[in-house]
Amino acid sequence: MGLTIASTGLHTLSGELEILKSSPSDKIIALAGNPNVGKSTVFNALTGLHQHTGNWAGKTVETAQGTYIYKETNYILVDIPGTYSLKARSKEEEIARDFIKSNSFDAVVVVCDGTCLERNLNLVIQTLEITDRVVLCVNLMDEAKRKGISINLSKISKRLGIPAIGVCAKNKKGFSALISAVSKVSKIGNPEPYKMTYPEKIETALSFLEKEYVLRHIALSYLEGEAVPQKESEKDALREALSYLEGEGITQDKISDILASSIVLRCEEICLDAVSFENPDYRGFDRKIDKILTNKFLGYPIMLLLLAFIFWLTVTGANYPSALLSSFLMGFEDDLINILNLINTPEIISDMLVLGVYRCLAWVVSVMLPPMAIFFPLFTLLEDLGFLPRVAFNLDHIFKKCKTCGKQALTMCMGLGCNAAGVVGCRIIDSPRERLIAILTNALVPCNGRFPTIITVMTIFFAGSFLGGFSSVFSALFLTLVIALGISLTFFLSWLLSKTLLKGTPSVFCMELPPYRKPLIMKTLVRSLLDRTLFVLGRAAAVAAPAGLLIFLMANFKVGGETLLFHLSSFLDPLGRLMGLDGCLLLAFILGFPANEIVLPIAIMAYMSGGVLTEITDMVFLKDLLLANGWTPITAICTVIFSVAHFPCSTTCLTIYKETKSIKWTALAIFLPTILGMVLCILVNLIGNLFI
Amino acid sequence: MTDIIPISSLRIGESGVVKVLFAEENIKRRLLDIGLIEGTKISCVLKSPSGDPLAYLIRGAVIALRKEDTANILVDTKEGLWD
Repeated sequence: MGLTIASTGLHTLSGELEILKSSPSDKIIALAGNPNVGKSTVFNALTGLHQHTGNWAGKTVETAQGTYIYKETNYILVDIPGTYSLKARSKEEEIARDFIKSNSFDAVVVVCDGTCLERNLNLVIQTLEITDRVVLCVNLMDEAKRKGISINLSKISKRLGIPAIGVCAKNKKGFSALISAVSKVSKIGNPEPYKMTYPEKIETALSFLEKEYVLRHIALSYLEGEAVPQKESEKDALREALSYLEGEGITQDKISDILASSIVLRCEEICLDAVSFENPDYRGFDRKIDKILTNKFLGYPIMLLLLAFIFWLTVTGANYPSALLSSFLMGFEDDLINILNLINTPEIISDMLVLGVYRCLAWVVSVMLPPMAIFFPLFTLLEDLGFLPRVAFNLDHIFKKCKTCGKQALTMCMGLGCNAAGVVGCRIIDSPRERLIAILTNALVPCNGRFPTIITVMTIFFAGSFLGGFSSVFSALFLTLVIALGISLTFFLSWLLSKTLLKGTPSVFCMELPPYRKPLIMKTLVRSLLDRTLFVLGRAAAVAAPAGLLIFLMANFKVGGETLLFHLSSFLDPLGRLMGLDGCLLLAFILGFPANEIVLPIAIMAYMSGGVLTEITDMVFLKDLLLANGWTPITAICTVIFSVAHFPCSTTCLTIYKETKSIKWTALAIFLPTILGMVLCILVNLIGNLFI
Repeated sequence: MTDIIPISSLRIGESGVVKVLFAEENIKRRLLDIGLIEGTKISCVLKSPSGDPLAYLIRGAVIALRKEDTANILVDTKEGLWD
């Protein structure tokens, strides 16, 4: 799952597969393939959509749909999650298998990686066992060519009895041939598709079942024990087949091995004839980079420095647009009041709208939006490059000690972008126990919605005293430290869960390190910047505006001589103080449940008399305000700790519920990080106060 | 001296042909998926900073595997030399 507008925030919740035909003549085309072969790129090239493509196995964990029209027929393209085989192991693979086995499509395009065709053919042959309507699409032909791999497509096509079309999805080359092949196959199928044959004894056993008119692929799953026949006659035939095999020295547990190995060997044989390698050392450059990135001494420092560098770009890049947006939006405020006065709006209403709603919105847009909109595209580039699996590779040994899966590192990286996306991304983890741990701990990696709060607080209290130009360097380093804290907490909680509630041993870890790929830099930057900006703006309008209104009302309506805000924050104050915070901050965290980026704006509004926010980007003013409200460096540290470790935002909670289908686990995902954060804050507060 | 060693003992750059593939069922299924069966050539290409996992080149793809999962996958390094 990549980070896009469609995979983050509320969009993560709309993932059920339902294909709607607009006319009976519509054709449904499934797009299958191994993970990370550029399936989503093929999907985009065909449909003109912008499904995000990253360079790691498991981006598409849900099905996506799009359409294209060819010769007056409407083609509905369904992008299904990548899978190595149709013998499902993980949740995402189940989705792929179920869809192909349902046979509810007119054709299936199996996308293969031209640089790794032999292994990819495995899925093609398995798919051919289920349906005749298969088109082979060999992607990354340019990369294969560059690496000196030559593929004789017509030989492969002849051998498999299906069209084999070479494409280069990134440059949209080869698609007219693909589209016409899909059209032909979806209408008339393939005349003589290849049918896998197994060793003689297996074939004999299969014939017992085929005599009872059991479809071949179903007969195979009976033999493997993956499915159980319902009809008595079929049950008898299966018993007969199994006892025959046992007589021949093949017990049922060996059948799967024999079947799978036969297909692997067949792929090898097909490719031996059709694929040749002219440059055996074509992976040299990738390995050189890998040796540096995974170096015993340099590996970790490079990872951290790269993260810090991205943060630095984010902080520096955000300063200017922040100031610009702030003066622009604030300059607008007087006009707004004038207009409201002109139409005779009562003062209380105009105050409410301008000082409450508008200012909170302006704050979120000018301070929170720029860092988020900048971090996101930069991170997407790293993702496209293929860097993330290397992070997982380097960190895996720690996950192993926590008895979890190294792929959790990938879901944590997703969490930096959006925790809801990170939670959905956990589907790439095979073992349900390890997947649950990854889900429960995902929110401990702060998403970029929490960055601005962390950056602002850190800059005011710790980086402000350094000279102007260096302050962003320090902010970036502090942010890196804070992320490192989040990662350590994730390890700790994962370890704790593995020792207590979710006891177990680590399951198999098998992760592909894809070749490095040059991302389409400009396209990614622009696309992702726009997506993110729109997303944050939309959320600001939906969440920040009502929150601003709420705070304004609470600050202006009095009950028993004091404002509602005062009552609420006084109620929370003892707990807040214990945690090194105060009642206002705690209230802000609670009100920030729908969106973390509004926590600081709410706190500041609450601090200002009458709940009004001013001078939003003036750090000196902000510092004075916070100091006047009793902030110390300890308050700053505790605020940062609690923004790393507290309940996930509402969208993430809903996503967790959807993924786990359990109130118990969702509740745990809320309580565990919160308790962890509270304990840490209390400790820091107690210890810190000993020294001050 | 025997040339049959577990793949976790391969040094970077060394390769061999899989002779024995003993593994727990789940692991075995995964390995079959990526085309690792008896007779497959495999070379070690990368070591993580802590020395585990290792990454191997298997049928054109680089796959990271943990040592404990692959302790009982034995390769013949002599045979790998002939390629």
